[in-house]
Amino acid sequence: MSIILQNIFSTEFVYMWIRVVTPILLPALGGAICNRAGVVNLGLEGIMLLSALAGVLGSAFGGGLLAGLAAGLGTALLVSLVFAYFHLNLKADATICGTAINTLASGFTVLLLFTITGEKGTSASLKSFSFSTVNIPLVEDIPVIGKILSGHNLMTYVALLAVVAVWFLLYKMPLGLRIRSVGENPNAASSVGVNVRRTRYIAILLCGALTGLGGMYMSMGYLGMFTREMVAGRGFIALAAAAMGQSTPIGVFLSSMLFAFFDGMSNTLQLLALPSQFIDMLPYLATIGGLTAYSIQRARKAKRRLAE
Amino acid sequence: MPGTEILRMEHIRKVYSNGVVANSDITFAVNHGEIHALSGENGAGKTTLMKMLFGEEQPTRGDIYINGEKTVIASPTAAIRMGIGMVHQHFMLVPSLTVIENMILGMEPRKGLIIDQKLAERQVAEISEKYNLIVPPHAKVQDLTVGQKQKVEILKALLHGAKIMILDEPTAVLTPQETRELFHELKILRDSGYTIIFISHKLNEVRELCDRITIIRRGQTMGVYDVKDVDEEEISHLMVGRDVALHLEKKPAHQGEAAIEVEGLTVRNIIGQKKLDGISFRAMRGEVFGVAGVEGNGQTELVEALSRNMDFHGGSIRILGKDISGMSIRQLRAQKVSHIPEDRMTTGIAGALSITENAMADKSYNPEFCGKGTLLRKKNIKAYGQKMVERYHIFCKDLDVAISSLSGGNIQKVVLARELSSDPEVIIADQPTRGVDVGATEFIRKELLRLRDEGKCVFLVSSDLNELLGLADRLIVLCGGKIAAYFPDTTAITEDDVGQYMLGLDRQSEQEIAEVTK
Amino acid sequence: MTLKKANLLVDSVKMLLVIVVALVLVTGIVFAVSSEPSNALYNFFIGPFLSLRRVGNIIEGACPLVFTALAVMIIFRAGQFSMISEGAFFMGAAIAMAVSIAVPMPTGIHAVACLLCAAAGGALVASIPAFLKKLWSVSEVVTSIMLNYVVQYFAIYLVTYHFREMQSSSLASLKLAETSLLPGILPGTNVHLGVIIAILMCVFCWFLIYRSRFGYQLRITGCNPSFAHYVGLKETGVMVGAQVIAGAIAGMGGSIELLGMYTRFKWTETPGYGWTGIVVALLAKDNPLMVPLAAAFIAYINTGANIMAMNSDVSSEMAQIIQGVIMLLIASGALLQRWRQKLIDKAAEQEQAAAAAEQVQA
Repeated sequence: MSIILQNIFSTEFVYMWIRVVTPILLPALGGAICNRAGVVNLGLEGIMLLSALAGVLGSAFGGGLLAGLAAGLGTALLVSLVFAYFHLNLKADATICGTAINTLASGFTVLLLFTITGEKGTSASLKSFSFSTVNIPLVEDIPVIGKILSGHNLMTYVALLAVVAVWFLLYKMPLGLRIRSVGENPNAASSVGVNVRRTRYIAILLCGALTGLGGMYMSMGYLGMFTREMVAGRGFIALAAAAMGQSTPIGVFLSSMLFAFFDGMSNTLQLLALPSQFIDMLPYLATIGGLTAYSIQRARKAKRRLAE
Repeated sequence: MPGTEILRMEHIRKVYSNGVVANSDITFAVNHGEIHALSGENGAGKTTLMKMLFGEEQPTRGDIYINGEKTVIASPTAAIRMGIGMVHQHFMLVPSLTVIENMILGMEPRKGLIIDQKLAERQVAEISEKYNLIVPPHAKVQDLTVGQKQKVEILKALLHGAKIMILDEPTAVLTPQETRELFHELKILRDSGYTIIFISHKLNEVRELCDRITIIRRGQTMGVYDVKDVDEEEISHLMVGRDVALHLEKKPAHQGEAAIEVEGLTVRNIIGQKKLDGISFRAMRGEVFGVAGVEGNGQTELVEALSRNMDFHGGSIRILGKDISGMSIRQLRAQKVSHIPEDRMTTGIAGALSITENAMADKSYNPEFCGKGTLLRKKNIKAYGQKMVERYHIFCKDLDVAISSLSGGNIQKVVLARELSSDPEVIIADQPTRGVDVGATEFIRKELLRLRDEGKCVFLVSSDLNELLGLADRLIVLCGGKIAAYFPDTTAITEDDVGQYMLGLDRQSEQEIAEVTK
Repeated sequence: MTLKKANLLVDSVKMLLVIVVALVLVTGIVFAVSSEPSNALYNFFIGPFLSLRRVGNIIEGACPLVFTALAVMIIFRAGQFSMISEGAFFMGAAIAMAVSIAVPMPTGIHAVACLLCAAAGGALVASIPAFLKKLWSVSEVVTSIMLNYVVQYFAIYLVTYHFREMQSSSLASLKLAETSLLPGILPGTNVHLGVIIAILMCVFCWFLIYRSRFGYQLRITGCNPSFAHYVGLKETGVMVGAQVIAGAIAGMGGSIELLGMYTRFKWTETPGYGWTGIVVALLAKDNPLMVPLAAAFIAYINTGANIMAMNSDVSSEMAQIIQGVIMLLIASGALLQRWRQKLIDKAAEQEQAAAAAEQVQA
């Protein structure tokens, strides 16, 4: 047990914690924007998976990181567009739509990977690029903090900046005002000429971009290649984080950190002599537990108000 | 230019996707600078017509002309661009946003990427001063009164550049004082060159405010008149199609024992505000016990508490001698308590299920319909459905059609059929005739009186004072969650008497109010 | 044309359109990725009918889908979006394995015991998101998906630590007891007794939804929960009940798949029948009696994709792509809506004219 604690209180653990929060935080922020606009985007998982592969293929065949980024983002936006079109124009239920996107994604990624590499498991045979790590000048020299905050993957910093950016968008920009109104009372928004559908399209596309970055981080940062089903439920965990954070940027950040903590824990716990399956379960159990605890507290609060 | 035609809707027809014909053939024209009343009964097609004018619905057939030019109003955005503004019956505001945010929504002043807060504040202040419509600019809309919200709505339309303003039953939620204020403001707007379409079926208001009136009935135009040239009887005749006896034939009440006994009842809403504050009363068998009040003064909570749809947080309720606080809705219904809900579409029916399935929804444990096992008895159910359709004059072609394809009046008759066919001793009727056509209204009122004459207790909540005074034997008025007045005899009072108390202008003494518990 | 007929016509055309679009898309993708597209397509479309064994593959493949689709159908009917049928199915299979291997019993009874335990296991798993939602309104969508992962690892743990065949290099359980296996019913194929159970289950579900008190309450609740509450039903209880029943059905499906098709538990991840069940349920359009047909169609696509993968250079994941596309298209309520509206308008007009004529006569 003390080994575990020692591990958790080490700078290495905190560094890893920030590392593993990246692919949860990015799609969670995207999911939050969607939630605010009144759309529950269950397709985050699939969007991540597709952009993870697209990033790898793009960088491998486009001959560079930029090509990979373009391919990954382009794919994420395209899939989001499909989701938006079916949900908003053809009035398909968002849950089913998202599930369909996820099904498509897990089929399509393997099909494409197989067609190109002849393998179904990984893209190891391709020479793809990864986002570089960034050492922050000055900060990197500070003891402890430098080790924690500096030297992360570029995408990790992008994720942290995205928290601020999403806050700015939601509370300072006209678009944010529209997104919030469209989610809370679409009739009111449309009665003053806000195009509800267009606003939701934009929200879904913004979400797609953030989610796509999260997906690319998986295959071009977290790992250096694409592996089948590599997203492993992070899209869903992100959705839980968005809900638990009540779709506010700070709340989403904190709940993502919480879920990432358990993801990081599961890495550390591999040291123990527990059956590995129980450790593999941990992030998922933590998500169920976290979401439940949040809901209980919400229900209690409502009850207390009534009892006063 | 005043006097010229600013708007014309010609031969408009609208069929909704469930097959309901809301407008069959309506022609409607408005002149520049007038207040034009659009009148008709509930369900005549007024709101649908206006939704098409505001671009929220598209006509199935017919043309719209603005300033003589044929136009297609594809969306509210298009309508706003053409200078049309609408104040909806149910306010189109975002509760968690501030007044300013609500008003600038859709036309936010920008400074680079961000919203120009300063400019927004100035714009709102300017327009609000210009037309003397004062609202607190930084308050969240959810904290405003109904009257204030309406002002925000009007200001919003003005700010968006409306020249033609549609007001959909604006007085339905207002106190008479607020109504007077509104009329004053509307007249100022008219005199400054605005054109106003005023939807209402309250004839006295039309007379007071409007220049001309268009009357529609069952989706068709019945006529256009100068208000000063027609009398109320004529209008009423055109709206309804036949003379309706406003005073129902009513036998004297024979009060029996107490059926509903409420003591010190307190109910809080989700954010902890007291919506009912320690009220007490007794309703008897053999009478119609009425509850009056401006919407939002605790009537909804009272009905929810009585019907066990909501827990209460203080006091006690006894129905037919039994404390109901621990009962489930099913147990309460087994006590022969029926409930006609306020909003039939959200709580009164399951839209996709058939008429029969809706009519027997409370009887799934009745052995007649579901045997000792758990299998449904199809034959009995079918016979029951048939009986209900005949007994309650439900107009339909087929018992198996989804109930949502029926008209409002027929849906309400299905609700009535379900609630009255279980042979209730206490009937809690919340807005039983709201949005129902005349024929069905008359039928429902007669049914309620019949039950009263049979010695049942009818507990009637209605925002239609006319209906309350016509049906109720005794009456309480709720204001701010408290009983503001008690009238032991409704025959001697007028709507104005009740209005005083509804608005909180006056309050009876504790002794007078305490009479209701005797 | 009456309203009903108009709806029926539009629905049928829509279904046809969905299938055609999906298949055209397949053809497109095959031409894009394959160097021998005509061979691939031949194997995909015609391949499944070329031998009795392959037709058998379709029927066997449809069997698990019937169970998960029925589970999905019941859950959706209650207005819930729990995705637990995937986890419940896997849990059922794992429990059936445990009972089969660890508890010796006579032939026949053993299989029944496995099926019942699996159903109980599936019900238990499905009840977790259901109760979390009932007690504290925790979103069942996310919790059920998370739980699917938990169940997956739990089942793998069971196999790895308690029932593992040590002789085998890949992960596989010990041999299932002969006494618990479901016998084949069609010589020359692997079609097993489970197929009969599947069809009986469809009939059972039809009775459950349309002819039982619970089903009636389920339909009321799913259509409008506040209405169900108001007429005195325990709407949250009905929702939980539906999910528990659905979990039991999916769990039983898992055990039937294991005992009918395999001699060892060999899965290393959940096989996805729960997700595919959603497509089947959507195709069957709320009617349990249509489930076998819909399941057979999807199983045909799966079989075709497998045969294509074996005989050409296109991978079998094509099937998933088709499923995703079908799911998207069927869920699209607005597809062909304009046409439907036109027919409805016409019907309303005719009705009005008829009513007017009647009035004139009277």
